[in-house]
Amino acid sequence: MAETKPIARPLSPHLQIYRWSWTMAMSIAHRVTGTALYAGTVLIAAWLVAAASGPGAYETAQAIAGSFLGRLVLFGYSFALLHHMVGGLRHFVWDMGHGYEPETRTNMAKYSVFVSAGLTILLWVVAYAMR
Amino acid sequence: MAEFNLPANSRLTEGKAWPKPAGAKKLTEFKVYRWNPDTGANPRTDTYYVDREDCGPMVLDALIWIKNKIDPTLTFRRSCREGICGSCAMNMDGKNGLACTTGIDECGAKGKVAIYPLPHMPVIKDLVPDLTRFYAQHASVEPWLKTTTPAPEKEWAQGKEDREKLDGLYECILCACCSTSCPSYWWNGDRYLGPAVLLQAYRWLIDSRDEATGERLDDLEDPFRLYRCHTIMNCANACPKGLNPAKAIAEIKKMMVARQV
Repeated sequence: MAETKPIARPLSPHLQIYRWSWTMAMSIAHRVTGTALYAGTVLIAAWLVAAASGPGAYETAQAIAGSFLGRLVLFGYSFALLHHMVGGLRHFVWDMGHGYEPETRTNMAKYSVFVSAGLTILLWVVAYAMR
Repeated sequence: MAEFNLPANSRLTEGKAWPKPAGAKKLTEFKVYRWNPDTGANPRTDTYYVDREDCGPMVLDALIWIKNKIDPTLTFRRSCREGICGSCAMNMDGKNGLACTTGIDECGAKGKVAIYPLPHMPVIKDLVPDLTRFYAQHASVEPWLKTTTPAPEKEWAQGKEDREKLDGLYECILCACCSTSCPSYWWNGDRYLGPAVLLQAYRWLIDSRDEATGERLDDLEDPFRLYRCHTIMNCANACPKGLNPAKAIAEIKKMMVARQV
């Protein structure tokens, strides 16, 4: 019998071709914001360390956080935090066994973007108003 | 760790554009994934033009039309052509489904229909994926009635209400549309059982006649086998039978918690 060399089978395309759905997009967004929160927690820790180190260090930390770039980072962090929180609530509802109907599950994913964006803007409006 | 890119031997190349059929008035463009194990060359996408006035309405009709009229080497699975055998499961226009129950007009949003095999699977040829592992995983949940009490004289009786608990589960045809739509199954398919198999596992977990519920749950209590489900919901969006594997998996997770309190 002639010897045949087995050819490695290719892997069919996946992420490259799959059409995005709201639930899929919000699932990855939940993961991305969750990862971003690690970095945000480091910033909070740095701010606390500065506050504990004395007035000089605290002044510097406040100046950095209050700069344009600092505020931009804080805005991003607050959005990540609120998006992750809203996503967490969505997953909580799903884990309880509710919200699995086609329209409900898509709307829950869709609205978590709008709700978290709205909450972030509200937070900043309130923060600036209280200044 | 998830590997997002395709391995070198799997990257797509531009294939052949087959000539348009002569005299056709209404044409639809089909871009179809091709891979020939005899040449060993990388997979490619071939372009075909289907005469819609000479062809049935479904994607499967178009594939059969191409095979009969243009290119007899095009390879795909098909059998019942009415959505009950699950053979013609593939990815059409970016979504998994059965070619026989998906209309050509449903997926030609961009003017052409792109057809790929079920995602993230080893390809045997063209649109035919290797489902060996998928079937082995199905077998691993022991999808049959398990009892310890002596068999009754006639059949294992089940009341109407208990029987209704199996609705939305027993209809699964194991076409693998859901499992191969799931990113978690893409990245961890060697250890995560995937939506189709977990739906089958649940089908036996809630069967009132089954007496191995505890053992079945023990087998699933694993960070990968069950808990790689992150409710991405692609499974439920893909199921051509309108079933909801995501919900079935959530019910299994609830059973896991319930037995501990």
